Amino acid sequence: MQKYVCIVCGYVYNPEVGDPDNGVQPGTPWQDVPETWVCPLCGVGKDQFEETD
Amino acid sequence: MTSTEIKNDIFWVGAIDWNVRDFHGYSIPSGTSYNAYLVKDQKTVLFDTVKKEFLDTLLLHIGQVVEPEKIDYIVVNHVEMDHSGALPMLIDIVKPEKVICSAMGKRALLAHYHRDDWPYEVVATGDSIDIGSRTIKFIETRMLHWPDSMMSYIPQERLLISQDGFGQHWATSERFDDEVDLGELMYQAKKYFANILMLYSNTVQKLLGEVRSSGVEIDMIAPDHGLIWRSHVGDIVQSYDDWSLHKCKAKALVVYDTMWHSTEMMAMAFAEGLEAEGVSVKVCDLSVSHRADVMTELLDAKAVVFGSSTINNSVLPRVADMLAYMKGLRPAGKIGAAFGSYGWGGEGVKYVAAMLEEMKFEMIDEPLKVVYVPTADDLARCTELGRKIGQAVKESQ
Repeated sequence: MQKYVCIVCGYVYNPEVGDPDNGVQPGTPWQDVPETWVCPLCGVGKDQFEETD
Repeated sequence: MTSTEIKNDIFWVGAIDWNVRDFHGYSIPSGTSYNAYLVKDQKTVLFDTVKKEFLDTLLLHIGQVVEPEKIDYIVVNHVEMDHSGALPMLIDIVKPEKVICSAMGKRALLAHYHRDDWPYEVVATGDSIDIGSRTIKFIETRMLHWPDSMMSYIPQERLLISQDGFGQHWATSERFDDEVDLGELMYQAKKYFANILMLYSNTVQKLLGEVRSSGVEIDMIAPDHGLIWRSHVGDIVQSYDDWSLHKCKAKALVVYDTMWHSTEMMAMAFAEGLEAEGVSVKVCDLSVSHRADVMTELLDAKAVVFGSSTINNSVLPRVADMLAYMKGLRPAGKIGAAFGSYGWGGEGVKYVAAMLEEMKFEMIDEPLKVVYVPTADDLARCTELGRKIGQAVKESQ
């Protein structure tokens, strides 16, 4: 599954891992991550992420 | 002030800002310092600089140790302008061989100073450079408290140069933790954590965990502001652990602003109830309490009882200020309640309650509202709710 990187702080969202601390279960693809979710590291929204390897 | 040797051939060469009182909304009544450190080895290395206005002081202090032109490397642990403001002019003077920073640091330096001709060397966690008899290891600490932030560790000296981490805004002629009053020092460190780092508590926890598991030995922490830790390293690390775990005391804050003293009467009645339960209480009238001091008190308080009169169908402006500031700093695990006097609509109290709920406070009861001036019965209800909150605080301990 496609990973996404936060262009502000470099945090990588890996769908296989999700972000369970903030209610995103492992296996959640990027498009299903809620729009209200924010970067767990720096706090910016999904619009600040871009695709990464 | 003069340059100070903090370890053999390692010097504090920063500047003291005695007169600054405000740090974009964080009150610093005791001023601050911008600490820069110089290591003399086969390579001469400078760690961070100072606010632009203090370039001359920095040059004076460096000059007491070496000629500034002898500096080979400048390490930029943190790009914020109180540490990098003097950098462009210093680089012009020194012409260093390397400007060492994180990848995010390079990006931030470019966005600040627009100089792509500097000799950047980008480092990441795990990278190290040899400077002769010493090694510098780099630890990226993204979002502690900017994306560019990193720390530098010199294993041979057991020295952690920690940029803003473990700092305090306190201007002193002393340089070390054991030369000043420890209570005051810990208060300043607490205020710094509450106003700068609270929202990155999870990241602080992760960093402390990594440091613990790596077995890194540290006997001195040299931050970019305030005193250097050498006798109380364990105390400040333990405090960072407690603060970032949101550990609270049996303590409650009553925060309010008031128009004609009605909300204030309610605040005092809440305090009575909390006190009757044996909970430590701090009452903060926002017309005289600075937001930064309220945050400091909030750091280890379990409950926040927040009141506002209603004005123009909203909260009083100082309440809006406090709530916005508080929300940004992301307090966690708190108990909350909202109260206030109003004339007709009572929207102010609802606003306070909604904001506390947004911050995921565990709310005790519905907001307590009183029309115009509270009666003795109304005040008794406030005291009763204060007791209930006090009990919840005690149960959480």
